[in-house]
Amino acid sequence: MAYALQQLINGISLGMIYGLIAVGYTMVYGIIGMINFAHGDVFMIGAFTALITIVLLLSGGMMEGPGAILLVLLVSMSVTALYGWTVERLAYRPLRGSFRLAPLISAIGMSILLQNYVQVSQGARVKPLEPIVRGGFEVMREGGFVVQLSTIQIMIVSITLSVLAVFTWLVTRTPLGRAMRACEQDRKMAALLGVDTDRTISLTFVIGAALAAVAGSLYLIRYGVIDFYIGFLVGVKAFTAAVLGGIGSLPGAVLGGLLIGLIETFWSAYFSVQYKDVAAFAVLVMVLIFMPTGLLGRQEVEKV
Amino acid sequence: MILELETVSAGYGAVQALTDVSLHVAEGEIVTLIGANGAGKSTLLMTICGDPRARAGRITFDGQDITALPTHAIMRGGIAQSPEGRRVFPRMTVLDNLIMGAEVAGHDPGRDLERVYTLFPRLKERAAQRGGTLSGGEQQMLAIGRALMARPRLLLLDEPSLGLAPLIARQIFSAIRELNAREGLSVLLVEQNANQALRLAHRGYVLVTGRITLEGPGRALLDRPEIRDAYLGTGA
Repeated sequence: MAYALQQLINGISLGMIYGLIAVGYTMVYGIIGMINFAHGDVFMIGAFTALITIVLLLSGGMMEGPGAILLVLLVSMSVTALYGWTVERLAYRPLRGSFRLAPLISAIGMSILLQNYVQVSQGARVKPLEPIVRGGFEVMREGGFVVQLSTIQIMIVSITLSVLAVFTWLVTRTPLGRAMRACEQDRKMAALLGVDTDRTISLTFVIGAALAAVAGSLYLIRYGVIDFYIGFLVGVKAFTAAVLGGIGSLPGAVLGGLLIGLIETFWSAYFSVQYKDVAAFAVLVMVLIFMPTGLLGRQEVEKV
Repeated sequence: MILELETVSAGYGAVQALTDVSLHVAEGEIVTLIGANGAGKSTLLMTICGDPRARAGRITFDGQDITALPTHAIMRGGIAQSPEGRRVFPRMTVLDNLIMGAEVAGHDPGRDLERVYTLFPRLKERAAQRGGTLSGGEQQMLAIGRALMARPRLLLLDEPSLGLAPLIARQIFSAIRELNAREGLSVLLVEQNANQALRLAHRGYVLVTGRITLEGPGRALLDRPEIRDAYLGTGA
């Protein structure tokens, strides 16, 4: 029981990170109908930006308290958002109106480019980071087993929920959010109502990248090791989460993220750590075969 | 002249849909464009909005050359369109659809909402419903209402009576007449229902396979034998 509770806590905090990234996949899919395969690498850029910021702050002796973590998040979000914007501008916008596969191939190219860019500029070695958030609570004790809720896990959950709350408000209540939904449903009509669709698409990439940056920063602080290649595996799992939740659905992305986090954690805990990635991808295969619209995806029935 | 097209040609891909079209709409005028299916009427309205872009010729709105402007910039300048197929946002509420119409102009939608609700009380009843769940007629009202939300100076209407019960079609035509008379709204109207459209309009153009073949006051066009035969049917 205690063991399962511990896995639940671990799974939720991991799932939150997947959820944040999955939102970026699903948003971009919703608005331009492509899978942004470079999104995982944008997450990796976020993690590296956070690492560089933390190292700078540590060397200045300023990496203290929640203010410093907030600063790290803000720096990472801004820099990564700029990368997100640039990726769209360089690799996808020129191909708009081209055949469907073109931006997809371009995305794979962008992914490889970002990985190599970081590998060359930051080195290929794994980058360790000393724990900067310590401590936690003892939730319960059963026999010899102690259920821990660490400060970093509380931080992950609370930061993710706050970021998602702001994001939900943005999408549902603001003119930008309405313009994004309008572009998602009928881009041509949105333009006829005066929406600058190119700008709206750019902003979608910017927001998705900022969310991935939050995920990258939290991943770095939680696990303490990153390298230029982390974006691939984490990215594919977040993509799985987006498909499981129903690609195009924002709440679905978060739900899918949580489920993938839980599946992976429980699989590792009860079956085999070595095969945890297999569990996540088996889910992807099964969802695609048996439930291609995902859990909260919509069936395409509309009155014409 | 609020809108002027000079020898405009346009099309999609290899298909040339419009050839040397010249047409104008004066301030406060209702102009109708009639023609058979596939004559290029909808393409003409879309070309004015920059999508597709005119391949040749010049389009001016209120004296300003808009031929090369991007669609969103044209629409922000005071043109609104209720397009072919209505294009209501299916997963947005009726209210959000209407608010989208006002967002362009950047004004508070309150007063305009009241105006649209007065024109189409049905929309008020359905305000919280999703656009995709409305009936065809209601979607048509929503598309027109949404276009009006932008407080346009020129309204482009593509087949506003399509799929509507005759009573509702008459309502919509009288709404257009009223907006024109009271607020001086200029209208370019594309219609299959040539009889009603020519009665409503000050002037009309006939479009045949992408070319303007006839032009004249609405009533005068109604009396032309070739119009009666081609577009009004024998009983008209």
